[in-house]
Amino acid sequence: MKRHFRDIVPFDQDSADRAIEEGHGLHPLDEYLKPGRIPHIWCPGCGLGVVLTTYIEAIRRKGIPVDKCVVVSGIGCTGRVAGYLDMDTYHTTHGRAIPFATGLALVRPDLHVTVFSGDGDLFAIGGNHLIHGARRNINLNVICVNNFNYGMTGGQAGPTTPVDARTSTTPMGNAEPGFNLPHLAHASGAVYVARWTTFHPRQLVHSITETFDKKGFTFIEVIAPCPTGYGRPNKLGSGLEEMRYYKEMSEVRNGADPSKAEIRLKGKILCGTFINVERPDFLETYNNLVIAKAQGRDKGKAA
Amino acid sequence: MSFWRLPLDSEEHSIPHGKINIIKSRCKGCGFCIEFCPNGCLRESKAFNEKGYHPPEVIDDTGCVDCGLCTLICPEFAIFTELQEAKKITEEDIQKVTTRFSRKDTRYRKP
Repeated sequence: MKRHFRDIVPFDQDSADRAIEEGHGLHPLDEYLKPGRIPHIWCPGCGLGVVLTTYIEAIRRKGIPVDKCVVVSGIGCTGRVAGYLDMDTYHTTHGRAIPFATGLALVRPDLHVTVFSGDGDLFAIGGNHLIHGARRNINLNVICVNNFNYGMTGGQAGPTTPVDARTSTTPMGNAEPGFNLPHLAHASGAVYVARWTTFHPRQLVHSITETFDKKGFTFIEVIAPCPTGYGRPNKLGSGLEEMRYYKEMSEVRNGADPSKAEIRLKGKILCGTFINVERPDFLETYNNLVIAKAQGRDKGKAA
Repeated sequence: MSFWRLPLDSEEHSIPHGKINIIKSRCKGCGFCIEFCPNGCLRESKAFNEKGYHPPEVIDDTGCVDCGLCTLICPEFAIFTELQEAKKITEEDIQKVTTRFSRKDTRYRKP
């Protein structure tokens, strides 16, 4: 039998560029995205695209110019946000998004620095950085996308996996209780703590626009479906069925006590803006205490 | 049921009419827009796109009110709405809104 193979055509850079140019700009939010990066790598039914859309929509509604926004992200599925946005973004090493963003926020206080990362990156590998960033009250907006597992590496159990949830490393059910992220952020000293799911995109846009005005460490947890890594072993179904579960089981209660916002497997999800307080941020305290004292001492010496 | 007059502030308000634009080649068929469209304007089409998913299609072109939920909830940047016109409120519109979610009306019910 004779087989007919297709002729090997050398890669045509010009037509590839033309295809990227034609595909870019079809959507009104495409001006915030790098050309040729869409379609992104996230699975069908994943909620990360919703969080990215809401972030772009918040910038657009607030009217912040693109060169005043910075996105720093860590490693993981959520870390790829930095590669898709057409602005000053930085993709740091695993867990070190907050140290990088801390330096950036201290050197350039006029920028809106947003840390976009997943739960594993921010709370397992970068857990110390987050609590100390919140303690110092550095002017950062942290958006933590929580999908209850390490999605990119194959669905391993992470610091937010609830008790009795099945993942690829806990096939008989997880024995460790997961972190209550809003409570942890509040206890560490964040001035704005909110939790939404991807079923609440309007509330999420509103929450992100509020954090642009806040001075200090703000923390938004977004619960996103992960149909491949977390939904399938736990029989939560596709991304759409997880969204239906959020619709039924989420309860919006603004100003609720974050210590009661714990998430159990297939349990109720408490959503809302939990904490919104004022506290002097790091630069303000530093300028008022250390710099003022040092200048006063210099003046005393000169006189 | 009918109303004997229009609401007194009906001239201050208008009903926006939007146009739904679907970029079919970007769709990955997650179905969020179809499930959560408040007016039920979308359904899964029978046709495939280049990736082999079923993109949504518009059932009723007059139903969209440009709320923009599909734009926000689409993870793929594949759907958006545009404002076509903001029309004045007439008596039929009020009739339509009050009967939309009644048990007898099957126009906006999902199959």
